Amino acid sequence: MSGSLAIETIRSVVAASAPLIFASVGETLTEKSGVVNLSLDGTILLSAMTGFAAAVASGSLVVGFAAAAAVGGLVALVVAYGSIALRQNQVAIGFVLTLLCADLSSFLGQPYVRVPGPSVPHQAIPLLADIPVIGRILFDQNVPVYLSYLLTVGAWLWMSRTRPGLRLRSVGERPSAAFARGIPVNRTRYLHTTIGGALVGVGGACYSLSVKLGWSHRHTAGMGWIALAIVIFGGWSPFRVALGAYLFGALKSLGSILQPAFPQVPTQVFQAAPFALMIVALLLVGGNLATLTERLPPKLQSALGSVLQGSPPGALGQPFEEG
Amino acid sequence: MRRSLLVRALGATAPVWLTLASGAVILWLAGANPITAYGHLFLGAFESGRKLADVVMAMVPLLLCASGMLITFAAGLWNIGVEGQMIAGALMTTWLVQVVTSGSPPEGAGRVTSTFALLGASVLAGMLGGALWGLLTGALRVFGRVNEIFAGLGLNYLALALTNYLIFGPWKPPGGATMSGTAPFPQAAWMPLIGDTRASPVSIALAFASIVLVYFALRDTIWGLKLKAIGLNVAAAHRLGIDTTRNMLLAFVACGALAGIAGSLQATAVYRRLIPSISGGYGYLAQLVVLLSGLRAGWVLPIVFFYGVIQVGGPRLELRTQLDSSLGGVLQAGVVLFFLLVRGLRDRAARGARPVEGGGL
Repeated sequence: MSGSLAIETIRSVVAASAPLIFASVGETLTEKSGVVNLSLDGTILLSAMTGFAAAVASGSLVVGFAAAAAVGGLVALVVAYGSIALRQNQVAIGFVLTLLCADLSSFLGQPYVRVPGPSVPHQAIPLLADIPVIGRILFDQNVPVYLSYLLTVGAWLWMSRTRPGLRLRSVGERPSAAFARGIPVNRTRYLHTTIGGALVGVGGACYSLSVKLGWSHRHTAGMGWIALAIVIFGGWSPFRVALGAYLFGALKSLGSILQPAFPQVPTQVFQAAPFALMIVALLLVGGNLATLTERLPPKLQSALGSVLQGSPPGALGQPFEEG
Repeated sequence: MRRSLLVRALGATAPVWLTLASGAVILWLAGANPITAYGHLFLGAFESGRKLADVVMAMVPLLLCASGMLITFAAGLWNIGVEGQMIAGALMTTWLVQVVTSGSPPEGAGRVTSTFALLGASVLAGMLGGALWGLLTGALRVFGRVNEIFAGLGLNYLALALTNYLIFGPWKPPGGATMSGTAPFPQAAWMPLIGDTRASPVSIALAFASIVLVYFALRDTIWGLKLKAIGLNVAAAHRLGIDTTRNMLLAFVACGALAGIAGSLQATAVYRRLIPSISGGYGYLAQLVVLLSGLRAGWVLPIVFFYGVIQVGGPRLELRTQLDSSLGGVLQAGVVLFFLLVRGLRDRAARGARPVEGGGL
């Protein structure tokens, strides 16, 4: 592989991973507050469809992204209301919404199947794009990709360096202690579930308006589950979550590069690879690391441990009664 | 008195009315007439005896998968992998049929000449395939500490990829591979049908037997009690001396076996071949059925009938109105969402009077 081909490949991985970053970092914010929004696979489908339809109808990409964010936020709000106010099982609500949104996207999106529509224009950042290698990879992209960097850094700063971020974490870790200190637990959860859902929606629009242009039946099916797995794999930390998204993006791009090179390998291997990786990744972080790496040198073991180990927020998935 | 009965009936069916009303709004948004659309969707199944037989056949995989999931849910497990377990059952059945009926069978296989034996073996193969796929999910959960939702989903996609590989690779029909699947099975491997309908008595008997069996197994056996204890509190069940690992694996295996039968029957009784979408989303639908039943086996049958009616009405809706048949899925999922929300509202109203513990399914 020549140098420029390698650069182009990495560049395409960065571009293709942007929607996954929006979805998985958004879900990280949600889960940090103690709520699991399991509806991602459906939410991404419905927001991808809505974003595309709104952009086609209005001729404006901004309207498309805004509509997608609104849909994502709305679905998340249903998850929040059902699980926080009505104390129904979060997994049940999320799973039902997954199927509901997927079918809604098929039903309402039917007129937009394979319709030509707008796409996010390429927009190099002046000066930064001229940096050798890095510039081409990171700064010769489009606006959603740049926003995916900002989101990752922003979410990390927010969660680890600000007072509201500290409150967010305390709500997800020990809601009773947070409540005793005067933090409105459920309001915090509503807020972060909705914001997280809106970001998932932006991820959906990123697919239909930038990475996988247009709309077709079950356009992005499976990506929501991958995004949910990435949150676990990334140990609920924005940088590691983003790393996970790039890893899955790379696997997908690698598939489309390797496929023509190895025609004897069935195409289904490349289709199934992300899901096999998903299971392997979850096996690695599921507390099996010590067993799986016991033959490796101790230094490598501890290095792997620090990269791969992370624990979920203490009160993840548990309802909290205020007062 | 009469009025309170009416109010209660309306209250109990509120999720249905809310779903229909929301569906009407969606139809109106899509520029369609809700009454016409609902007419096709709900009455399509009652057009003829043949259509009603189709409803029963749509109920078969739902009943089998829902029965299986009653077992895993009793143990507190989300076996979203039923879809993959159905596929695995269909694959194992197809493999068996191909080996037994191919021109040059391996040693011994050619001796199976009776259709009866072949059909029996095909169901058993499906059970085995589903059980193995279920065991894999269970092992990932129990030994690998991978959440069973992700393990199951991952395995669903892997099973789907495996099916496509086989259909477009080793099992492609002589005329070349297409999306319509493998070559049809030889007639010996077709489940017999009733009259000129598409209903298979074997499928129907197995499906109804499974729900009855699971109902009694969960209610009246020690195993059922153990599973429920695990479902309520794994740690406490373990302290009480219940082998939680073994019983959770068993639950996955039992559910997988039932889903495997469902997949096997889709291949031998419905399509008479292996097709790429052999599971047809029935595994996910069955999940909705079980949620809507509130884990009560007695409710499964009427819900499955309702879902079956929509499954059969969907294609007619598409044919007559050019609306996408996914409307059926919207309603099937919508009613469960409203069921959960209405139940939550009711619980909350009850909590206003006295404190009630929330949670559970």
